[in-house]
Amino acid sequence: MILLIVQALNGFQLGMLLFLIASGLTLVFGVMKFVNLAHGVQYMLGAYLGVTFATHAGGFWPGLVLACITTGLVGLGLEWLIYRHLYNRGDLEQVLATFGVIITLNEATRLIWGSSPLQLAMPEALSSTFQLMPGLRYPIYRVALGLTGIAVAVLLAVVVNTTRIGMLIRAGATSQEMVSALGVDIGRLFRIVFGIGAMLAGFAGVLAAPLVSVEPGMGESLLILAFVVIVIGGLGSIRGAFVAAIIVGLVDTLGRAMITTLAHTLLSGPSAARLGPALASMLIYLVMACVLAVRPAGLFAGRA
Amino acid sequence: MLKQVLAACTALTLIATLIAPGASAQTLNIAVVTTLTGPQAPLGEQIRDGFQLALDQHGGKLGGMTVDLTIVDDELKPDVAVTKIRGLMESKRQDFVIGPVFSVVKAAIFKPVTGGGAYLISPNAGLSTFAGKACSPDLFVTSYQNDQPHSISGQFATDKGYKRAFIIAPNYQAGRDALNGFKSRFKGEVVNEDYVPLNQMDMQSEIAKIADAKPDVVYVFLPGGLGISFVKQYRQAGLTTIPVLSTFTVDESTLPAQGDAAIGFYTGTNWAPNSDNAANKAFEPAFEKRFGYVPATYAAQAFDTANLIDSAVRVAGNDHAKLRAALEKADFASVRGSFRFGSNHYPIQDFYLAKVAKRADGKLQTEIVSKVLSNDVDPYAAECKMP
Repeated sequence: MILLIVQALNGFQLGMLLFLIASGLTLVFGVMKFVNLAHGVQYMLGAYLGVTFATHAGGFWPGLVLACITTGLVGLGLEWLIYRHLYNRGDLEQVLATFGVIITLNEATRLIWGSSPLQLAMPEALSSTFQLMPGLRYPIYRVALGLTGIAVAVLLAVVVNTTRIGMLIRAGATSQEMVSALGVDIGRLFRIVFGIGAMLAGFAGVLAAPLVSVEPGMGESLLILAFVVIVIGGLGSIRGAFVAAIIVGLVDTLGRAMITTLAHTLLSGPSAARLGPALASMLIYLVMACVLAVRPAGLFAGRA
Repeated sequence: MLKQVLAACTALTLIATLIAPGASAQTLNIAVVTTLTGPQAPLGEQIRDGFQLALDQHGGKLGGMTVDLTIVDDELKPDVAVTKIRGLMESKRQDFVIGPVFSVVKAAIFKPVTGGGAYLISPNAGLSTFAGKACSPDLFVTSYQNDQPHSISGQFATDKGYKRAFIIAPNYQAGRDALNGFKSRFKGEVVNEDYVPLNQMDMQSEIAKIADAKPDVVYVFLPGGLGISFVKQYRQAGLTTIPVLSTFTVDESTLPAQGDAAIGFYTGTNWAPNSDNAANKAFEPAFEKRFGYVPATYAAQAFDTANLIDSAVRVAGNDHAKLRAALEKADFASVRGSFRFGSNHYPIQDFYLAKVAKRADGKLQTEIVSKVLSNDVDPYAAECKMP
């Protein structure tokens, strides 16, 4: 039973990390109707810059701030250089161009930082652990990661629901033409949204760096999960992304934790050993299919 | 006018006859096929660098013949590797093809290389396919047969009297082979056989399961990023009392990213930077001085491969037929100490358990703890009938 709670906590954390990435993705998609496959690359860039700044600028915290700012700026640079020319093009062109950005930036990362994985130490203040269950200590950093996810969710909700820029974001998600016709500089709105999205991905990258391997291409596997999250949550919905991220995190972690045991009790021998993992990795996609069958536009579609 | 043309023609023919046979007799054409792009590139670079070091030490020659070396990046894509190898071998006959890092690529390039009249010498990938019934006179493997490294940990766990093991690998064929390799020599009970997706980034869920199961020993095969996450998070979870045996999870290619968290992890191997023999005492410092990083088994095996070729060519030149017997003798000083080929052209060698430790200069490396298997022959060798 304790194990179940621990696994749920792990799932929640994965969910929060997914939310940080998916929120940027869903904002950009919701407001700009722009499919940005290169969002995962921003996450990778955040991790790499975090490592570099933390090493040269005196620790985790300055590294975090500098990396967020820089990924934001890189995002804006990419927007100016490539993406703004694609807003009025079809999905296929957007996918192709952003896929090109993935390949280019992955290779550029390899050239700059080398192909060997890097590491980032946890910040001193959060590196202590506490006893969660017998024999298992839990890093405070992981709890902080979960809380950060909630804080970002609240902050985004406040910004989107109460500020002027939030109002424009909501309006833009409903009708770009109308916002533009009312005299709002839609290009500027896009840039702001894009910058925030890129920064959130970079932020997530730095936060994930002490836990996982910082290596070229690290964003791609997470990007797929992030897409699952925004599809389940409803494209463009922050609230949807939050709920869906928790669902995906929990289903994925609990599924992997429990399903093999379940398969072993139902079946016996090697078929169970094969079926369990296969089913576990399919689980989130099954959930996605079920959600789409009942609500084709996602859980919170059309409500920003 | 006619005279001049004739004279020119004669001169050209003369030059051509002078150059052509000379070139083919004196030059050894070698291609190194390795992975140089993507997340696995560090392994491929080790193979390239290990081979290059040996070549440089022999003054750009192997067995007295000048080497014309081509480096091919297989991108870890079997189709790309085949296309590039075919193109290369059509434009220039190769005497040896060295590579690859990964078994999937090896299966794909085997036919094009051996069919093209070259020897394929694998400095890492040791597929079981070519170790048994389908063994080939044109294939040599200088690393190990893939089952062997995993069985080291199984044997060690049995020797130590561990009763309950928790074992983890990625959910693909090599992962299942790895765990079967461990189980083949482990006499105790496997309390959990856990398969994780290859692209999983958070290992916390597995670690909680380990803490819950309280096994005597953990065995993992978690290559690349998986292993980096696992090692960091295992230490963060404070599971210090349960020993972790592993294969391809903590080695010199991942240690820089794992840092101090990896200290104390065990790995099954045929070589470590501190292997105690004269050849290695010359190789290891020379490699670090030249390339600025601590070599892993990949580099050591590639270095051995170059020296193997050197010893064979010295006896047989680049005569394909004569080379076979010369290669089979394996008459070179291996950085692993004892090394010879079995009847299936896979090595018969000693295997060790090594432990990650910090050196005086602050860098991490694996260090030999004890010999686990002596002159180990892979389980498929008996099925091989060389033509």
